[in-house]
Amino acid sequence: MFRRIFHWQFSALVYIRVRMRLSHSIQRRLCILKGIYPHEPKHKKKVNKGSTAPRTFYLLKDIRFLLHEPIVGKFREYKIFVRKLRKAYGKAEWSGVQRMKENKPAYKLDHIIKERYPTFIDAVRDVDDALSMSFLFSTFARTGKCHVQTIQLCRRLSVEWMNYIIASRSLRKVFLSIKGIYYQAEVLGQTITWIIPYQFAHDHPTDVDYRVMATFTELYTTLLGFVNFRLYQTLNLVYPPKLDGQGEFSLKSECEEDYALESESYSEKLSALSASLARTVPLVEDEEAELDLFPAEGEDLEKMEAREKIELEQNEQKKLFEGLKLFLNREVPRESLAFVIRCFGGQVSWDKSLCIGSTYDETDETITHHIVDRPTIDKQYINRYYIQPQWVYDCVNGKILLPVEEYFLGVTLPPHLSPFVEESEGDYVPPEKLKLQALQRGEKPQAEDDEEEEEEEEEDDDDEDDQSEDEDEANLAEMEEKRAQGKSLSVKVTPGKVKPENRMRAEQEEKAEEKRLAIMMMKKKEKYLYDKIMFGKKRHVREANKLAAKRKAHDDSNKADKKKKKKKKC
Amino acid sequence: SQTKKSLFSDPRSVWFISSPSCVMFLWHTVKWADSLLIFITFSVRSQDIRNTVGNIPMEWYKDYPHIGYDLEGKKIFKPIRNKDELDEFLDKMENPDYWRTVQDKMTGADIRLSDEQVDLVHRLQQGKFGDVNFNEYEPAIDFFSNEVMIHPVTNRPQDKRSFIPSLIEKEKVGKLVHAIKMGWIKPHRPKETTPQYYDLWAKEDPNSILGRHKMHIPAPKMKLPGHEESYNPPPEYLMSEEERLAWEQQDPEYRKLSFLPQKFACLRAVPAYSRFIHERFERCLDLYLCPRQRKMRVNVNPEDLIPKLPKPKDLQPFPTTQSLVYRGHSSLVRSISISPSGQWLVSGSDDCTVRFWEVSTARCLKTVEVGGAVKGVAWNPNPSICLVAVSYDDTVVLLNPGLGDRLVCTATDQLISSYEEPEEVKDQPVQWAVAEGEGHEQGHRLILKHPKAVRQVTWHGKGDYLACVMPDNGNSLQVVIHQVSKRRTQNPFRKNKGLVQCVSFHPIRPYFFVATQRYVRVYNLIKQELTKKLMANCKWISSMAIHPGGDNVICGSYDCRLAWFDLDLSTKPYKVLRHHKKALRSVAYHRHYPLFASGSDDGNVIVCHGMVYNDLLQNPLIVPVKVLKGHTITHDLGVLDVTFHPTQPWVFSSGADGTVCLFT
Repeated sequence: MFRRIFHWQFSALVYIRVRMRLSHSIQRRLCILKGIYPHEPKHKKKVNKGSTAPRTFYLLKDIRFLLHEPIVGKFREYKIFVRKLRKAYGKAEWSGVQRMKENKPAYKLDHIIKERYPTFIDAVRDVDDALSMSFLFSTFARTGKCHVQTIQLCRRLSVEWMNYIIASRSLRKVFLSIKGIYYQAEVLGQTITWIIPYQFAHDHPTDVDYRVMATFTELYTTLLGFVNFRLYQTLNLVYPPKLDGQGEFSLKSECEEDYALESESYSEKLSALSASLARTVPLVEDEEAELDLFPAEGEDLEKMEAREKIELEQNEQKKLFEGLKLFLNREVPRESLAFVIRCFGGQVSWDKSLCIGSTYDETDETITHHIVDRPTIDKQYINRYYIQPQWVYDCVNGKILLPVEEYFLGVTLPPHLSPFVEESEGDYVPPEKLKLQALQRGEKPQAEDDEEEEEEEEEDDDDEDDQSEDEDEANLAEMEEKRAQGKSLSVKVTPGKVKPENRMRAEQEEKAEEKRLAIMMMKKKEKYLYDKIMFGKKRHVREANKLAAKRKAHDDSNKADKKKKKKKKC
Repeated sequence: SQTKKSLFSDPRSVWFISSPSCVMFLWHTVKWADSLLIFITFSVRSQDIRNTVGNIPMEWYKDYPHIGYDLEGKKIFKPIRNKDELDEFLDKMENPDYWRTVQDKMTGADIRLSDEQVDLVHRLQQGKFGDVNFNEYEPAIDFFSNEVMIHPVTNRPQDKRSFIPSLIEKEKVGKLVHAIKMGWIKPHRPKETTPQYYDLWAKEDPNSILGRHKMHIPAPKMKLPGHEESYNPPPEYLMSEEERLAWEQQDPEYRKLSFLPQKFACLRAVPAYSRFIHERFERCLDLYLCPRQRKMRVNVNPEDLIPKLPKPKDLQPFPTTQSLVYRGHSSLVRSISISPSGQWLVSGSDDCTVRFWEVSTARCLKTVEVGGAVKGVAWNPNPSICLVAVSYDDTVVLLNPGLGDRLVCTATDQLISSYEEPEEVKDQPVQWAVAEGEGHEQGHRLILKHPKAVRQVTWHGKGDYLACVMPDNGNSLQVVIHQVSKRRTQNPFRKNKGLVQCVSFHPIRPYFFVATQRYVRVYNLIKQELTKKLMANCKWISSMAIHPGGDNVICGSYDCRLAWFDLDLSTKPYKVLRHHKKALRSVAYHRHYPLFASGSDDGNVIVCHGMVYNDLLQNPLIVPVKVLKGHTITHDLGVLDVTFHPTQPWVFSSGADGTVCLFT
């Protein structure tokens, strides 16, 4: 495979460039579009003419593969087009410029997508990066870094994707990080994670090559479009997405034109994510027939049961917010919350002046939860909870409706944990996670007051211990003094205590020693590997211990603060 | 030109200003020249036309006596200037015209500016026009006015073609009309800009997948975020002040986390992440520039790597506990040796004494003072002779401790005193002397004076021959062999290769082992030839011991290794053990039990089970069975010598802390 490998700059791509007269930028675009990546040769020195300098190597086969790409011709055409256009501009031939612009050469990437992803599942598996990029580009300002059409296309595709996720209810996890909001969905058995930045204007960095990003986006938008089409088909949804008839009717309000132009109002309504989509085949309620289960050979009954259990859990999670009516205040991230709530079957609305597509008003008496992200709110309705937005996300990750008390307005929020961390044995588990697991198992959380009391008692005990220790020390000091003065002590011989032989411990020690001795006899190579593994394990333990110690110190200091406050009150 | 004349008093300047472009040039210069110098150079240049060098930097003539050439090509010499700072100052104070004197760069002469020139300079400095009479606010008269006049500018009659329709245009329009009528030209249709999507995978055939895709390595997905990335992480994931500082000082490439964990009270307060676009871009770069490689992750259970050895419990007996400590020496105990009966122990120390101990009670029975730090002691292995060889400095003393069976002691004394001087006295490298007087009472019997310091003494199994090592003695006479009964000394090697570290007799056959720094040479004493050369694979051999069977040798070295040689197998070590942390000082075999021990500078004695089988096909089994700790490390030295009890599975060790320990 690695028999002949050419070097990136000197051989391989120069080879193409000379053969096909391609510029460097076109080479790069080709590599990106065709998914050609460098390889690490087994014998670097042999390939690199004896030098060990870091270089990038491509397979010759890959490079030949690039040469046969018909899109190269299109690229060349485009280059000529640009040259002609420049010339026309220079000569101020405006009619010529107009004509040329109309006949701008265009190319399609459909065949490349088909070639790179021969099956649909392949494409779905690779859609992570496409989604992240598309969501990022859709947040760009309409001026500056890239074409407006690209931004609009990215926005359209990402809205389509979100609508699909809502319709299929395949969202699994959400995480509010400091970078953005991570979402994880399960589409056709593939776990797909993407990140959306917070809604702010970007300050565009200068050290980023936007041409590379644009090339990737070009590929990704094509990929995402085809994937969306196919996904909509699987759910019998109309593509391009159309709003459901009822939804369309209900959405028609009189002040529509305040938010968007007539041409854009439809797409805006789609992106509001508040209404369901039209289907080619009308959905029949409760048509989910129970699937017959065929136990695969060699599969335990236990395994199957576990799988069934997981499936049941997932089905329940899908209906998490069903029956809840939520209202978003204007300072919360509307799109994200609307998306998440709708993914789990909740009803959601917002202030009419905030965005198009609100379905009910704040004054609606049937609203159960009102999501607010400010310390207090003036006018409160009695029959609803006023909660902070983290509640929604924590509920999704915990797969249950968490108690709302900890998320009320003005309350210090409990930590928001990453749902992606799966602790294995020996890892550090934050206490909040343990609490959540207990809740999931259906245990009731312990009342905090009890805990505190217990703690106080414990502390009292500690004090007593301290006192007794102090007494001992005092006795010793006295004796020392006496000895120093030369007085004869009242020496008394007391019967010694029989030290109980700890058999278990002795056995353990013996085993440990055996192991130590055996380690001595290891071969050098194995010893190295063993030491490396043990080092990694020890580091792991050390890190976990460090975290635990930090947490303990924090809790202790918190407790001390609380006590001080209590004393002050008294 | 009148005004210009007033500008420059020299009439010759007129020609310079006469052309209008020059006037403009001058004007421009004058306009923005606010410094005196520029103007001065101007005036000076126009004045001194006789210097023909042209407009060049005058520094070029800095080192010459002349300053240029006149019209006839003769040198113009610089005026003689011998004014120093003081003269300059005096001139400044006394000359009333000093302030209006400037130096002409072209001729080097001083010029006194006239009143008009000074006035001009002042005007220019104030930003006024050079010409006094120039009025800058003259009324402007427009060339074109906005009023329409009755007469045209030109009176040319209009062309005929401006009245009649153009035939060429008519033809063109006609063609277009025809083309439209025929349907050749169609109205412009707007192009479809939105991409069209369709079911790309409608005819998905899993069999049509190329080999390419089987070889393809999909890019790994991005790492999922942990708790520390949360906008509201648990408090333990936040960095403390020191950690934050360390993070900031670290190179961004080597940081474990690419961001600082932060905590926000509410979602509203979370700002935009400034490196978001960077991270996406880096991902893009990774996707198309990173080499991809399939790496098989070795999932090894570390427990499986540990070799399965027989349990030490099953290999008993071996020493396990420290049972006795022999205290008495005040300095390092370099060497110990045990009597063949196993009842007595002798130890030699740096405090110039040799002590004899009873093994079972740890009592010091006898202390013999010698004249130097004792380097080596060796008890005669022959049970019918009671002799101990002690080496200090360049002397080896044979002592009769007088312990044990009285008969044996007297027999030994008799044996030594029954020596008869041979008729012809050979010239020997070592002087033999019989101890007398006080020395004799202490037990000294024979004294052997060597040419150099003796480091090691060792007996032959029969107890008649005694080998000594003098490592400092050049490359000749490093090893000598003495025969006690005949009081004879032999030098077995004419020349020694390398520094001899230790020597040993073969327990059964007439072989002699000599360990130099890196090799062990085995000599046949009868045939007087080299039989084998063992390569120890270490830097510096410190000690050596020979298995009582005679086919296996162990070597300890200063680079923490213990090499086991199987003489039948190869000249390279059968096994190298690196179980000590520091240099090995001594190694020993047990005479009956399959045990060997090694003592090292780390203060440990490691006892190993070393089973040698009679079956030639079966390799020796080596299992470490016990790590014995009993010595404290003093001056970076731990255990200096180890030796086994001749009959019991006990091991003695002497240490740098001046004690001897017995482990049973």
